[in-house]
This record gives sequence, structure tokens and C-alpha cells, in this order.
Amino acid sequence: MIKRQQQWQRYIFSAALAFGLVFVGTAQAEEAGGLPPAGTNVQDQASLQRGAKLFFNYCVGCHSLKYARYARIGDDLGLSEAEVMGNFNFTGAKYGETVVSSMPAESAAKWFGKAPPDLSLEVRAKGADWVNAYLNSFYLDASRPVGWNNTVFPNASMPFPLWELQGLQTAVLAPGKPGQDAAVEKLELAQPGKLTPAQFQRATRDLTNFLEYVSEPAALQRHHYGIWVLLFLAAFTLLAYFLKKEYWKDVHEA
Amino acid sequence: MANEVVDHGRRRFLTATTAVVGGIGVVTAAVPFIKSWEPSARAKAAGAPVTQSLAKIEAGQMITIAWRSKPVFIVNRTPAQLATLPMVDSRLVDPKSDGSSADQQPKYAQNEARSIKPEWLVLIGICTHLGCVPDFFPELKPQPFDPEWKGGFYCPCHKSRYDIAGRVYSGVPAPKNLPVPPYNFIDDTTVQIGVDPKGAV
Amino acid sequence: MAKVLTSIGDWIGERAPGLAPMYRKHMTEYYAPKNFNLWYYFGSLALLVLINQIVTGIFLTMNYNPSAAGAFDSVEYIMRDVEWGWLIRYMHSTGASLFFVVVFLHMFRGIIYGSFKKPRELVWLLGMLIFLVLMAEAFMGYVLPWGNMSFWGAQVIISLFGTVPFIGDALVQWIMGDFLPADATLNRFFALHVIALPIVLLLLVVLHLAALHEVGSNNPDGVDVKHGSRGNRWSPLAPVDGIPFHPYYTVKDLVGVGFFLMIASFIIFFAPTLGGWFLEPDNFIPANNLVTPSHIKPVWYFTPFYAIVRMIPSFLGSAVWGVIAMFGSIAALFAMPWLDRGAVKSIRYRGTGYKVALGLFVLSFFMLGAVGSGITAEVIPAWFGNVDVTFWENLFGRTMTAIYFGFFVFLWAYTTFGWETTKPVPDRVTTHD
Repeated sequence: MIKRQQQWQRYIFSAALAFGLVFVGTAQAEEAGGLPPAGTNVQDQASLQRGAKLFFNYCVGCHSLKYARYARIGDDLGLSEAEVMGNFNFTGAKYGETVVSSMPAESAAKWFGKAPPDLSLEVRAKGADWVNAYLNSFYLDASRPVGWNNTVFPNASMPFPLWELQGLQTAVLAPGKPGQDAAVEKLELAQPGKLTPAQFQRATRDLTNFLEYVSEPAALQRHHYGIWVLLFLAAFTLLAYFLKKEYWKDVHEA
Repeated sequence: MANEVVDHGRRRFLTATTAVVGGIGVVTAAVPFIKSWEPSARAKAAGAPVTQSLAKIEAGQMITIAWRSKPVFIVNRTPAQLATLPMVDSRLVDPKSDGSSADQQPKYAQNEARSIKPEWLVLIGICTHLGCVPDFFPELKPQPFDPEWKGGFYCPCHKSRYDIAGRVYSGVPAPKNLPVPPYNFIDDTTVQIGVDPKGAV
Repeated sequence: MAKVLTSIGDWIGERAPGLAPMYRKHMTEYYAPKNFNLWYYFGSLALLVLINQIVTGIFLTMNYNPSAAGAFDSVEYIMRDVEWGWLIRYMHSTGASLFFVVVFLHMFRGIIYGSFKKPRELVWLLGMLIFLVLMAEAFMGYVLPWGNMSFWGAQVIISLFGTVPFIGDALVQWIMGDFLPADATLNRFFALHVIALPIVLLLLVVLHLAALHEVGSNNPDGVDVKHGSRGNRWSPLAPVDGIPFHPYYTVKDLVGVGFFLMIASFIIFFAPTLGGWFLEPDNFIPANNLVTPSHIKPVWYFTPFYAIVRMIPSFLGSAVWGVIAMFGSIAALFAMPWLDRGAVKSIRYRGTGYKVALGLFVLSFFMLGAVGSGITAEVIPAWFGNVDVTFWENLFGRTMTAIYFGFFVFLWAYTTFGWETTKPVPDRVTTHD
């Protein structure tokens, strides 16, 4: 015979376990291999607007967002068609069309060795922390064809478009062991840019935030609907519980 | 302890309430699925307004462009062609486009020339009978299908005829005048198909 | 209104007289034991998830493009351009993972209460067939987005069939329809996933329920209610401890549905990737046959079985032993009715040895999952520093594999040689309200 209290303890334990597993699962992937957290928040519309501006000024020359449409960006970021077309569209695309870079892919592959990848899903594939760290980790490297290297993605064939804002970073090498290439111990700012380091970190956070939004525009809506759905289901479950209790009065202990 | 007396009223109430709330849930859950059939952003982008320059269209000439995958006729009508419009009124089903063809054009094209500017005719080139694309017969000379031909459109599929404003003749299979899409003039030599003029009803 | 419904009912009843009796037999006069507990929610929940997968799957198919060139783009099209497409996609992907959560718990119920024992062996076998088909269905479904993990997961799993002696290579080529997973592979997986396997699955579910209703449900005490006295407040012929499935269990299952939908909705609306467990980051990169993801691992519900494959070494020049072990791990479950020869059904009255063995079995299943998903490969250096990860992972994984199979061997010996000391089984069910 199981007492009612013990039975309830079991129900609560199982529910807690279920939720616990869900939370653990969600939390587990946040530690992205020791990278500092990006601190992005796609609900911050002002940040998304700043990030979009950075993207279309510094990135779209090489990188397309082939799954993102100008019209959708306008709607989600609270910008008018005129604002989007005036500030973001340099390729003559129509408002409803997708964001294609102005650089032809074959030329890009020839110039950089590899076509600059489309960035529509970059944050979903690599994580916001990785993308943000990447943007902060470029340094001058004369040994690379493009003159730049990156501690987060070594030997990437990407030149650094944001150097005007950040300034020029150089690598401080750790004392090299014989027979091994010297490892980068840390990066330091050899020449300041237009933004202070704190301002630049906010800029890269905004840019990462914008890319996080582009990775999943639906994120803006699903939280809002989710709350209503959960409230409705809680009410329904409570009602169903009362219904069950009423009918189960018929079933009594033998 | 045993429940000897069943409160049927309470059961009916709880069952009904749960059923109604559950039903609301099911209907609400169905909405996203039904809405997913609406034109997607991609379809809407492809169906976006189309802009066309009129500079190279000579008098009496017609060009055909695509809008929402439909053929759109743009005709640069001559004064002689416009003069034929009142002459054929008696042979048409709905010469004022306010009867059976009242729904075939925006209010700003509900006039004899069926256009904003008299010389520029904009029509959706789909026969209102069964959907073929009519041919353009601009010349005012007798045709095998009509010895009194005053210019217009002739549909090869089932021989429907329309005048040079797209109005349908009586006695042909097609029931209505050729439709006029929403359109407006961005400037004197550029037309935009798919958007009404500013301030239009 | 009620009169109209009654007359329609009568009209149908005159022409299909078997329908009303069938409804009574399976719903209002199906007497289920009255002591069902938490473990008994998962059957109806599995049916709910199946319906969800079918409905959301149909709507996904309306916009999905089953070609290697267009599949990935079409999934992003659904996520962004199709109205509410993101919700339909997340309902489908979350449903797929929750399907396995529910099915594993449902199977576990069968194990702990001995629901696979006579006369329910057929119910169990049909259930195991459902499980096999479900795994194939899920595997093929995962390939369809044609992300990089879709491609490489397909490559790895299909190549397991290459270990079959003599016919291995030909078999792999036949499955793929090409020399690597390609358009041909994607197209046939689409056909199988969307129509062929769902039909098989539905058929098996109908047979599974029919077989259950033939013999009646088991219960947490393992007491056969049909062998006890007859007569309850609904019918003089029904088992004394039975209650009509409808309305009592329909109404109780409705509460279970409510709770389950809350958990599912939390995931769908607030954490649809579930930290990368339900939707993996590598699958947001299009399939690339030249670049392998840094950690290839199957989706979480396959990880214990995948670990077993990896843990069995190759010998005699063949890697087929791991594949045999993997299928063996499922075959052992099929064989449960014949391995467990104990007369007592429910864990409540079984010997301590059984409880310990089962606990170890569950532990091994979770630990094998940790191995298969790459968690142990990360945890070992994190906890123990600079050690030979492969050596320790193999040691741990092989121990867990031995425990997993050991459970079945133990159970057979334990019950065949009479080592088990059971407690007295009550005559009637011990109920809770």
C-alpha cells in the first residue's frame, strides 16, 4: 500500500527530474569550450539595429545572408522600408528579396582562396560566444596572404574589416620551444581605433546579436507565444485534473 | 470511501467545461497549420510590384510584361484608337464597366478608356472565358472574325473579342471585360504594376 | 440536437452493426486494472506523439524539397518564409526526441512490471517491432534536412552495414544508390520516412493495441485481475478490480496529456534546440562530403547503441562484431519473455538481486549514452587531467557494455536456477486513488 503522501512525492520528484533534465540540457551547451560569454539578447531591438548597421557597412561586401530578406529585417528591427533600402541595400535588390553580397562568388574564391561563407546560420552553427570571440581576436600577421590572423580560427583567410573601429591588434608570442611554432600568448592593441576597447566590445556584441537574430528570426516571436501557450495548458491541465478527480470518486479502495 | 451518490450535474459541468477549453485549444492549435498555406515570404517577394519604363513603347504598340506570373499588356494607344471607343459601345456587354464587369478594374480605371491616362492601357492579358492569352489586333481594318473590326484583342482559343479598352463584345464566350490590375504612374514615363496610386480609393 | 445525433447513430448502427460493440469492447467495457500509476501514462502519450509527428510531418512535406540541392534551403524556407513554419518544424523535431523519451519509459514500465510475460509476449514482440521501425524512421528523418550531421550520420550508420562479410560493400552501395550518401539516398529515405514506414508503424500500433486488448492489461502489482473474482459496480461479469477504460482512464490520461504538452511546449517555445541535444549545431551547416564535423555522434536516443558498436573491437579482420553486438543489444530485449523465467511479474515482489541488477542495467544504459555522445571523452581529461582518454573510455564503456548484456544473462540464470527469493504476491491489486 503506497501512502498518498509518498505517491505525491513521487509525482513531484518525476516532474522535477523532467524539468531538471531539460534545464541541464539547455545549460550544458552554454559553456562553449571556455569562450567568454557574448552576452547577446535578441530582444534588444536597439542592439539589433546597431548590429545590422555594422553588418551592412562592413560585412555584406563579402558575406551574404541568403536566407534573410530585407523586408523581414525591416519588420523585425522596427525599421521602415525607406530606412532599410536606404541604409542597408547596396545591391539594388528589391525589398522582399534576400540579402546577397555584391561580390561575385568566383572572384571571391580567387581572391581569398575560399569564397566568404554565407553567414545566415553562423551563430546557430558555431554559437554566439564563438562568433563574438572571433570578431575580437584578429591580429596583424605578415606571414598570412591577407595580412591578418585570428586566435579563435587560426589561419582563416579573412582580412579584418573592423580595424578602423578596434584599432590594430598584434600578437605577443609565448617563448617558442625548439622545433615548434611560437604560440600566441595574448593579443594587445598596438594602435587604437575610433572606438575605445569597451565601445568595440559593445559593437561586436551588437553585430553578434544581429547575426544571432538572422540565424533564427523566429526567436523574436516564440517567447511571446510560449508564455500564452504555457498559461493556457496550465489552466487546461488543472481543469482536466478536477474532471479526473470527480470521476475517480467512483473508484474506491477495496 | 465509496462515492455512492454521483453528482451528475457537477460531472456534466466539468466535462463540458473541459471539452470547451480543450476545443478552444485544438482550434487555436489548428490556426498555424491553416495559416501556413498563406503565400510565403518568398511568394510575396516574387509577387512584388513590377516597374516598367514606357519610354520605348511607340504609339500604337503593345508590350507584355509579367506580374505575379500573369501577362500584363501595356498599350500606347493612338488618338485614332481612342476615338473608336464610343463607336463600339452598342456591341459590348458592359461598355461602362459598371454592370457585370464592375469588379474587373479599380475605381480609378472605371471609365470609358478603362485607364488612369487615356493613352496608356494596362490590362491583365488573360481571357475571362477560360484563361488563354488573347492576341493583339490593333489595326482598324476588317478581320475574318469581324468585318467591322475597330481594333482590340482576339482570343484564339474560343474566339472571344475585346475592344481597344479590353471591353468584351456581346455574343462571345467570355463573360467579362479584361481585368485591369492595380497600377500607378511613378512619373510620366514609368508605370508600377501592383500598387494603387497614392490617395486612390 | 441530441435526437439528430442519435438518429445518425441508429442509421450507421443498422448498416455497420459491429461498430457500437467494438466501441464498447475497447473503451467502455474494456476493464483495466484500477491501480495504474505514473508509469502507465506513456502508452497514450506515445500515441499522442505519433499523431503529432504525422500531422506536423504532412505539413512539413508541403514545403520540403527532397533533393540534395534543395533540401537544406527548403528547411530554412520553412523556418523563415512559410507562415508559422518555424512552429511546425519545432513541433516535429521536439516530437521526435520526446517520442523516444516516452517510448523508453513505456518499455521500462513493461520491464519492471513484467508486462512482457505470458500471456502478453505478443504485445511485447509487437512493441519491440514498433521500436525497431521507429529507430529506422527517426534515422531517416534526421537525414532529410541534409545538414552536415545528416550527411555524416548517414555515412557512418550505412557503413556499419559494410562490415557484413562478403556482401558488405555491395550492400552499402545498394542502400545508398550511389558511391556516397547522395541525391539517390536522400530521395529514397524521403519516400520511406514520409509514407512507407509510417504506414508500417500505424499497422503495428493497431496490432499492438489489439493484442493487448485480447489478453487485458497488466498492472503495477503484476496480479492478473482476470483470474480473480468477478463483479464490480459496472458489470457483474467484469473483474472485481477492473474499471472501464472509458471514462476513467481517458480522463486520467487527459491530465497526463496536459502535463506532457506543458513540457513539450516549454521546449518548443523556449529551448527548441535543447542546448544542441534535440537540434545539433553541426546540422545548421549544409552537407559537405569533404569536411567531417569535429565530433560525429548520432542523436541522443541512439547513443547507447552507438557506444556498444564502438566498444566492441575488431578482430579476425572484421568490424562486424560491434554491429552484431549493437543488434544483439536490441535482440536481447526481444527475448525477454524467454530469458526471464520467474513466475512473479512485478518488481514490487521480486528478489533484491533482481532490483540491483535492474538498477545496474539502467545505469549502464545511461552511461553508454554518455560514451556514445562523447561526454566521457570530454569528462575524462577534465576530471583526470592528462591521461590516455581512449584507454579509459574503452575500459569504462566495455565495462558498461558487459553490465548491459550481463543483466540479461543474470536474469536468465537467476530465474532458471531458482536463485531468486520472491515476496508473496497479493491476491488482489493494492490500489491507490
